[in-house]
Amino acid sequence: MDAVRATGLTKKFGTFSAVDNVSITIPEGSIFGFLGPNGAGKTTTIRMLTGVLVPDAGSVRIFGIDVHDDPIAAKLKMGVIPENGTVYSDLSALQNILLTAKFFGMERVTREERACEILERLGLSDRQDDLVRTFSKGMRQRVSIACAIIHAPPLLILDEPTTGLDVYSRRLVIDTVRRMNREGSTVLLTTHNIEEANALCSRISVINHGTIVATESPEKLKKTFDTSRYVEISFNREVDAPLFSASCIPNAEPYGDKWRVYTDDPDRTVKSLVTLADREGLSIVSIATSNPSLEEAFVTLTAGA
Amino acid sequence: MDWHLLTKSILVTTEKNMRIYYFKGPVVVFGLLFPLIMFLTFFIGRDLDLILFFPGFLAMMLFFTASSVGPLITPWEKREKTYERLLSLPVILESIVIGDILAGAIFGAGISIIVFAACSLVLPLSVTSLPLLVLAFILGSVTFAALGTLLASPTTDNPSNIMMLSSLVRLPLMFISGIFIPLSQLTGWFFIFTSISPLTYLVDLFHAALNGDAVYPPWVDILVLIGVTLVFVWSAKVIQRRNLVKGI
Repeated sequence: MDAVRATGLTKKFGTFSAVDNVSITIPEGSIFGFLGPNGAGKTTTIRMLTGVLVPDAGSVRIFGIDVHDDPIAAKLKMGVIPENGTVYSDLSALQNILLTAKFFGMERVTREERACEILERLGLSDRQDDLVRTFSKGMRQRVSIACAIIHAPPLLILDEPTTGLDVYSRRLVIDTVRRMNREGSTVLLTTHNIEEANALCSRISVINHGTIVATESPEKLKKTFDTSRYVEISFNREVDAPLFSASCIPNAEPYGDKWRVYTDDPDRTVKSLVTLADREGLSIVSIATSNPSLEEAFVTLTAGA
Repeated sequence: MDWHLLTKSILVTTEKNMRIYYFKGPVVVFGLLFPLIMFLTFFIGRDLDLILFFPGFLAMMLFFTASSVGPLITPWEKREKTYERLLSLPVILESIVIGDILAGAIFGAGISIIVFAACSLVLPLSVTSLPLLVLAFILGSVTFAALGTLLASPTTDNPSNIMMLSSLVRLPLMFISGIFIPLSQLTGWFFIFTSISPLTYLVDLFHAALNGDAVYPPWVDILVLIGVTLVFVWSAKVIQRRNLVKGI
């Protein structure tokens, strides 16, 4: 069963079309990334998926339950970290988590045990009884995550979860996402951090101007938009450009103390360069191929945003 | 719709409100002090029959305490950015609205019953009908907590805007509800004018319960209060639903 099946989601604010006919399908057990520049429609889409915002058109099913028809049952399946949402600053970390657990109908013993376990995991045990208003942004976000995962949700939705966090908190968020996924949760993650999406997600949708412009695995996306691959090589002595052209290696340019050879086929170019070095009695000091970049795909897809 | 889950979401919302917004020293002290100050302002120094005016005082107390904090909850949560998280939890709009009303009603009834109990120790109060008195506390607290929730519904994340609106609506009601001049002494247009205010019917119900000198039959007071409550709840729901559609 699909964890999320959203069809034809549309939302207008006045005459501005924030989300236009967006459809997403997220298979159970996957980590799905939702990428887009600021203002592309990511958060509006997430708000419709989580039942916070009523769409003008379209439908959302969470594990087969329609969010509009049975919102409480659908929301019981989710743990949400909203971009524009935070926890209660007048409650302690522990009180926030226990209150959230009550909303999910957890029994007292279970919620207390699970809260202690999660606070420990997120490095908040020492401060569990302190009011959240005394916490840093990173610590508040950790409390927010704790609230979202207290009921071990089958679907975890995180809207820009690492924005503005320090390295430690950021790593904790990423580790938590991975762990929740290993434990069986499907994860939907919005971000404009391309490396984060690349490292975490098995599938990515790119949204721009309110419409989905691509949905693929990160590797396929990179390859689709990879237009400038190259091989970088340096030898034990200086060489000239004609040496490359004589060996049928076009598009070689000096790059510092190295040479950069632009190519559509890095494999064939590396073999040609090794043959050239052998033939000319050159030692290869270093050789590297450029990796296709997801950033390039993102920039191409969201050009003009 | 699973009614068990719906009830649970309402009760947890109520608990959340009580814990975060009502069970605070300054709020409780304000809830007790404000009616006392109003009482001293309007009744002390004037040659008034305290027993005759006590039902009006009790209604005023219940009116103010039940509707005092409710108007602030939603704007405050929007400002603190906790409202969006609340909406993403297993609740529906109705859970939030009813949870807000229940919290206000518990606070209003709790404070008013404490004051009533304290006053009954020093004043020779009589109770003509205990069931009517209990009903008056319940209906009055729910009706005016619903008014508080309705006042919280307009689009704003600025609590001071709502406080202004709240004062604009609540203060005039106090003066046209037979608190300072008993309904039995009003005639003509003045009497018709007071019938516009829902607070009039709570004052009258307390008169029926305590002194047995109500102007309207109790069933009229009860029906009007129930009807007004339904209108307040429905209006709050419609406005907040519209805000959700607009994304504000």
